[in-house]
Amino acid sequence: MALIDLANPTRFLSLSGRVLPWLAALTALCFAFGFWLSAGAPDDYQQGATVKIMFIHVPAAWLAMMVWMVMTIAALGTLVWRHPLADMAGKAAAPIGAAFTLICLITGSLWGRPMWGTYWVWDARLTSVFVLFLMYLGVIVLWRTIDDPTRAGRAAAILTLVGAINIPIIKFSVDWWNTLHQPASVVKMSGPAIHSSILVPLLVMAVAFTLLFFTLHLAAMRNEILKRRIRSMQLMQAEAAPGR
Amino acid sequence: MIPMDLGPHATFIIAAYAATGFILALLIGWITTENRALRRILAAFEQRGITRRSDARQREARKAETRKSEARKSELHSVA
Repeated sequence: MALIDLANPTRFLSLSGRVLPWLAALTALCFAFGFWLSAGAPDDYQQGATVKIMFIHVPAAWLAMMVWMVMTIAALGTLVWRHPLADMAGKAAAPIGAAFTLICLITGSLWGRPMWGTYWVWDARLTSVFVLFLMYLGVIVLWRTIDDPTRAGRAAAILTLVGAINIPIIKFSVDWWNTLHQPASVVKMSGPAIHSSILVPLLVMAVAFTLLFFTLHLAAMRNEILKRRIRSMQLMQAEAAPGR
Repeated sequence: MIPMDLGPHATFIIAAYAATGFILALLIGWITTENRALRRILAAFEQRGITRRSDARQREARKAETRKSEARKSELHSVA
C-alpha cells in the first residue's frame, strides 16, 4: 500500500483499527519492561534514589518536543500539501503533547525540590518548556474557538510553525545561558555521559513513551475522523429538515 | 518484586510517578470514552437513516452493480 493511500480517511480508519491493538499491547509490554529495569537500576552516587524520577521526566521532556515536531510536519501538510489527514494529525497530537509537557514540568519540579532546594526557578530551560506548554494550550484553544475545521486547521498550523522556533531554544537553552538545569547528558556530540546501568532503563522508557504517543495519536486521529463524519451528518440533517 | 529503598526523598519519587500515572490515565480515559461516545452518536444517525453522501453514493453504486449482474443473469437464462 502506498503512503498516499492513507490520505483516504476510510482506509486510514480500517488500517489503524488493525494496527492499534498490537501497538497498545507492545506499548504495555515496553512499559512493563521499562519499569522492571528502572526498579532494578542503581541509585546515583550524588542524587540517590531521586534519579528514578529521570526515567519518567526525561522521556516526557523528549516527547514534549517530539510531539511539537510531529505537529510542525502536520502543519506543513496542512498549509503546503493540503493533505486531508494533516490537520487532524495536528489537532489530535496537541492534547497528548500538552500532557507530556505537563508531566515533564511536574516531575521536574518534584525532582528539583530535593536536589536544588526549590520547585521552580525562571531559568531558560524551565521557562522555555513552560512556554511550550502554553503554546500547546494555545493550539487547543484555537481549535475550539473556530467552528470551521478548515479555517481552524490553517490558524493552528500557522501557530504551530511559529511555535517550532521554541524547540531549538529548549534544546540549546542549557548551552546558551547559565541555567540551574543541568546540560544535556544523553543526546550530545561526545556520546552519553550516563552509565549503561541507568542509560538502558532510560532508553527503554523513552521507547515506551514514544510507542504510547503513537498509540494515543492513532486513537485520537480516529476520533477526529468520526467527529468530522458526525459533523457532516449533522449538516445533512439540518439541510434535509423541513422549512429549509 | 524488587525490594526498593527510595531513601529520604521517597515522597517526591512516589509523587512524580503518581502524577505521571494520573495524567496518562486521564488522557487514555478521555480518548477511549470519547471514542465510545462518538460511535454511539454515529450509530444513532445510521439508525435514523442518515448517512454521509459518500456512503450513500457507494450504496447506490453497489445496488446498480447488483441490478446489472441480475439483468445479465436473466438475459443468459432467456438465451438458454
